Formats: sequence, structure tokens, C-alpha cells
Amino acid sequence: MDNLRRYWLGVLLAAASGVAVIVALGMVFFYAPREVTMGEVQRIFYFHVASAWIGFFAFFVTFLSGIGYLATDKRRWDIVGLSSVEVGLTFITMTVVTGALWAKPVWGTYWTWEPRLTISAVQLLIYVAYGMLRASLDSSEQKARFGAVYGIVAFVTVPLSWVAIRWWRTIHPDILTGGEGMAVTARMTQTLLVTISAFTLLYATLLRLRVSLEQATDELARLRLRLERRSSS
Amino acid sequence: MEFLRKVLTIVNKDIAAELHTKEMISAMLVFSVLALLIFSFALDLRGEMAEVAAPGVLWATIAFAGTLGLSRSMAREQQGGCIDGLLLAPVDRSAIFFGKAAGNLLFMAIVEVILLPFFAALFDVPLLRPGVLIVLVLGTLGYAAVGTLLAAIAVNTRAREVMLPVLLLPLAVPVLIGAVRATGGLVEGRTLGQVGGWVRILVVYDLVILAVSLLTFGYVVEG
Repeated sequence: MDNLRRYWLGVLLAAASGVAVIVALGMVFFYAPREVTMGEVQRIFYFHVASAWIGFFAFFVTFLSGIGYLATDKRRWDIVGLSSVEVGLTFITMTVVTGALWAKPVWGTYWTWEPRLTISAVQLLIYVAYGMLRASLDSSEQKARFGAVYGIVAFVTVPLSWVAIRWWRTIHPDILTGGEGMAVTARMTQTLLVTISAFTLLYATLLRLRVSLEQATDELARLRLRLERRSSS
Repeated sequence: MEFLRKVLTIVNKDIAAELHTKEMISAMLVFSVLALLIFSFALDLRGEMAEVAAPGVLWATIAFAGTLGLSRSMAREQQGGCIDGLLLAPVDRSAIFFGKAAGNLLFMAIVEVILLPFFAALFDVPLLRPGVLIVLVLGTLGYAAVGTLLAAIAVNTRAREVMLPVLLLPLAVPVLIGAVRATGGLVEGRTLGQVGGWVRILVVYDLVILAVSLLTFGYVVEG
């Protein structure tokens, strides 16, 4: 009964994020106005900002599950941390790619060492390092323990990197505060908020699926072991 | 006091081992000089160019040479099961961390003390200033602390030496930016107060990293 309820909850979550993404797409292309100076290309901004938010948020989840794992030694925490890194990696890659695509028509070059873009690139490298670390370890207990520690240490350096890079240079359009570079209307803000919510739902769905995949892998390993024991005795 | 004595005992052990083999300092030093040579070819470091590029070249050299020393220092503990002996000793995990980090800081500092006048003479850059020394200490402290923690992780991986830079460098971004900017300002003749923002980043980074490393080091070396 419990399993069945969880199954339907998952279906509901997936459906909700599907609907939310479609609504967000509709708003990005038909509801949000055309930006004055940048034109149509500015619409990539909604995906860019939303995926950057998820990239950071996913890392925060890994940080929390790292603490959870070290405190309790429960495999469940490690699974959440690992899954969040993998899902977050997808989104942060999207941030960097959309950032580059946006930069080309607006600034005339694919890559500017702009703070927000740079910190996303640093985060991307941290995510990759986390993956490489786990891949280079043999025992699953070590993977979990070192992954947790690395997730914690890496996360606390991100705000400092952010401050350092921001002081280093800044030419990013100051969004939401109105500032230079971009004319923001109420419709744009609404579209952005809907896109961020849709991406957050999508993140939750993907995280849930990745977690259950890892649990299934564990279950399979357990069953295999039992089968081997039975056939050998 | 008791705690400090234990930390110093571990540092002494590392110094004795280093005096015996001399492999860490000599490797870092030779590598640093080679790096200077390569940077000099790559960037044509003369006159104004040297002054502009000097802080970056200096810290890139320190960062890369540091990874060599840090991974060697931990590999030495792993070989022959020295780390198990350390863990069996009646000392706190935090004393082990402080001891290893202080040893790494010391060895990196020795290399820097030799490198700095050499660098200043070779490229005619005014690096020998008290402010630069303070920045060097603050930058190296944070780098050695986070490097010690990550080296203790990396030494367990299959890739080992290859793994440490991949783990360490993205986390050392604040140190590198802060130290390069502060050093750059000082080379241009500004005072330590005028580059205070960068120095503060280094101090905050050092404190945060020391705190987090102390809390997590025990989990890294157990089991």
C-alpha cells in the first residue's frame, strides 16, 4: 500500500513538472514581451537563470545530505547526495551553454569572464571533480564518506569564490533590480518565477527518479548476492 | 599546551622524514624553477610585461608546486601503513590534521622563501616587501589546509596524484584570485590597507577552511 502510494506520488510529481514546463515554455515565448535592446535572444535568459538556480540548489542538497550521511551513516543520504550532483551537473551545464549562447549576440563573444558565468563554470568543474572522485574509488563506503566530505568542503567555498570572482570583474546585466543592461517588466518577472518553479519541479522529479534507480541498483546487488550464496550452498 | 605539543611532535616527525629523504622540498623547488622558465618562454617576461604577469605567474607556480608536495606528503603516510600508526597514537584527529597541515605549510613556505628572491631577481619585479610576505602566508595557509584534507582523500583513490589537482584547484579559486590581486596591488606600490578587501577574503577563507577541515578530517582518515 505504501509502495503504491509512493508510486502515484511519483507519477503526480512527473505530471506536475511536465505541465509546469509546458506552461513555462508558453510564457517564455508568448507571454513575456520582446526585450527592447537585445530582442528575441533575451528569452534564453529565463532558462539560463532557472538552470543556474537549480545548479546551486542541487549543490546545497548535496551539502545537506553530506552532513546527513556523516552524522547517521545511512546509505539513503549518500544516494540523495550522489543523485543531486548528477542532476545538478545537467542543469549547470545547461547554464554555461545557454550563457555562452546568450553572450554571443549580446556581447559579441561566446565567452566573457563575467562573474556569474565564471562561478557556474567553477561549479561545473566541482561537480565533475565529485564524479571523478567517486569513479576512482572502489568501496561504496569510501565513495559515500569521501563524497560527503568533498560535497561539504566544496559547497562552503562557493560563496567565497563568488565574492572573489565578482570583485574580479563584472559586466553582467543587473536583472530584477532594474539596473543597467536590461529593461524588466512585470511580465518578465512573472515568466521568470514560473520558469524557476517549473525547473524546481523538474529537478525534484529527476532527483526522485535517480534516487529510485540507485535504490534499484542496490536491491539488484543484494539479490545477486543471495542467489550466489544459494547456488553455492 | 598538551595539544600543541602533540601537533609539534607530528610536525617534527615530518621534518625528520623530509631531512632524511629531501624528496618533497627538492621536487617542489626544481618544479618551481622549471615553471618559471616555461612561463618566461610562454609570456616573454621582460620589463612591463613581467610586472603585470608576475603575481599570476608566482601564484600559479605555487599552486602547482603545492599539489606536488601535498600529494607526496600524504602518499608517504600511506606507504608502509604510517597513517595507521598515527591513528593508533593517543592523539586527537584534529591534532593529526593540524600537524600535517602545519608541516605542509612549512615545506611550502620554505620553497616560497627560496623562490621569491630568485623570482624578483630573475624578472626584476619588486616582490620583496613585507606586505607580499603576509599575503604569501595567508594564501599558503588556506591552500595547505584544504590541500591536506583533500590529499588525505585523494591518496585513497586509484588515480592518486592525478586526483588531487582535480579536487583541489576548483576549491582554491578564492585563494588564487585573492592572493594574485593582493600581490598585484602590492607590486604596483599600494599599501596592505589599500588591498584590504583581498586580504580579508584570504583571512575568511583560511578560517572557514580550517573550521570545516577540522570537523571533517576525522571522517576522512577513519576506516
